[in-house]
Amino acid sequence: MISVIGARRSYGDFAALDDVTLDIPAGSLTALLGPSGSGKSTLLRSIAGLEQLDGGRIVIAGRDVTGVAPQKRGIGFVFQHYAAFKHMTVRDNVAFGLTIRKRPKAEISRKVDDLLEIVGLDGFQHRYPAQLSGGQRQRMALARALAVDPEVLLLDEPFGALDAKVRADLRQWLRRLHDEVHVTTVLVTHDQEEALDVADRIAVLNKGRIEQVGDPVTLYDRPANDFVMSFLGSVARLGGALVRPHDIALDRDLERARAADARVGGSPGVIEAVVERVVRLGFEVRIDLRADSGTRFAAQVTRAEADALGLVEGETVYARATTGPDAAEIHPALAI
Amino acid sequence: MTTTTNHARRGDTSTEGSSLPPRPHLPLGDGADSLPAAPPSSRRTGVARPLGVGLVGLWLSVLVLLPLAALTVTSLGEGIGGFWHAVSAPVALASLRVTVLVAAIVAVVNAVMGTLIAWVLVRDDFPGKRIVNALIDLPFALPTIVASIVLLSLYGPNSPIHIHLNATQPGLLVALAFVTLPFVVRSVQPVLIEVDREVEEAAASLGASNWTTFRRVVLPTLAPAVISGTGLAFARAIGEYGSVVLIGGNIPRKTQVASQYIQQQIEIDRPLNAAAVSVVLLAIAFVTLFVLRLFAGRSLRREEDAQ
Repeated sequence: MISVIGARRSYGDFAALDDVTLDIPAGSLTALLGPSGSGKSTLLRSIAGLEQLDGGRIVIAGRDVTGVAPQKRGIGFVFQHYAAFKHMTVRDNVAFGLTIRKRPKAEISRKVDDLLEIVGLDGFQHRYPAQLSGGQRQRMALARALAVDPEVLLLDEPFGALDAKVRADLRQWLRRLHDEVHVTTVLVTHDQEEALDVADRIAVLNKGRIEQVGDPVTLYDRPANDFVMSFLGSVARLGGALVRPHDIALDRDLERARAADARVGGSPGVIEAVVERVVRLGFEVRIDLRADSGTRFAAQVTRAEADALGLVEGETVYARATTGPDAAEIHPALAI
Repeated sequence: MTTTTNHARRGDTSTEGSSLPPRPHLPLGDGADSLPAAPPSSRRTGVARPLGVGLVGLWLSVLVLLPLAALTVTSLGEGIGGFWHAVSAPVALASLRVTVLVAAIVAVVNAVMGTLIAWVLVRDDFPGKRIVNALIDLPFALPTIVASIVLLSLYGPNSPIHIHLNATQPGLLVALAFVTLPFVVRSVQPVLIEVDREVEEAAASLGASNWTTFRRVVLPTLAPAVISGTGLAFARAIGEYGSVVLIGGNIPRKTQVASQYIQQQIEIDRPLNAAAVSVVLLAIAFVTLFVLRLFAGRSLRREEDAQ
């Protein structure tokens, strides 16, 4: 369990952390999600002790570590650009934390071999980091961080320097690793898909403040505000309200659209729009629309729905939000 | 891949170096130019190669290879025996010993102080940092005889601070340390600027103290630069003349360095003795630089292996 209590940190006039309070449950995989400059990395580095707080406290597993050096916090840290010890072999990299603790050779040897097997680098013991791919280097960095049995594992954009395919593979792998190792893990990312995919809790940060904390489903379906809503997925502005593109229904007939809309309480109403473009993206179809007020938005429908509608460019349709009244309550912007 | 690169690199060295065995001539090579055909490197463009290699060869020949060869020939004017006699003369040997000893101490002092200065200049902020940074090159840029006078005015017989180093070995040390100051600093500085700070943070997160981090993580990264700077400082120190000529005192068997011995032999018209000791200095310098290249090559290979 990690508790951050009233953390503050400024660089000149810029407040990187503005009174942040956050509890991270033991054994969880929590993502700190936010745009760049939101303070997510500063928060992670403060937990590690690599940044000093201007105010507030940090408690790891019941121990107040606010003034404690990073060496003595019992953390494992993984950097975006691997931070590999280039002049050491893979084995020496992973063994580093144990070697400097002067553990017996046999114990180091056994532990390093175990870890290399877990991260899938068995047989790479005698390679140098330069001889590994990016994904392999990052897995080596993970093994190195895990070797010292950290209380918490901190990952700073760990997949940010990798290409899309490797990134997707590695985060699946990280998820499985976490299920095996169960160490409290905090992951910093600016990629909402990554956070939704891998984390069991997400804290959304913006401008040095926490906007909302919760599990991925809650955050996606019941965002606390417009910022969280638009950061966790694409949104369309429909009659002044934010709606997810897949929550927009289209109808050719105005009366039918109005009748359907009446059953959904507090919706933004029926909007008349012109079809500008129909884009087929594999399973989904995106329909670019222009409302009569001039604002553009997109609706996302399945292929079957698109075929049933048979829309063509230049045609007029009636758009409405299909989000239910409970969502409208949670998300006041929808009730305008 | 690595072997080919090494091969090419070693090939380049033999083109620069003096007395290495000539490469086998290809039928097309013309006799007038002593340079062999281009090394077996397929990466360069073919157009500029003959002209470029020819020009470099000519330049190096006129400036370096031919004079060195001439010197070696002079030193062997009375055969190997004459050479050996000239070199093993007690005063000559003493001057060589003093030279190598003082240069070695200066090199080690430079390795430590140069790294420290580079560290402070890169990592610390203090008022006047830019001025200090500019000052580093001054001893190198200064005419060496001026360096000698500068040191003499502070540590000489009329020392205002009553430290008298005139005609002592510590005097030699100070003079040589003065002129070789920039070598290690300037070779370590750029490497240190490029060092990835996250690597040090990673070591800290794994529990390493600052000293352990420096010793096991930072120093191995800096080592090639420190070694190369130290070697250059050493090579410069064994040949230094101007800066020691006044403060050294030129006392045979005590503070006379090899370059002063050579000057003295020329003055009393013993060119063979001068040439013989010169060849020894040359050999020491060459071996130093050669060993450096080996070191640099090895650490480079280790990091870039198989890429």
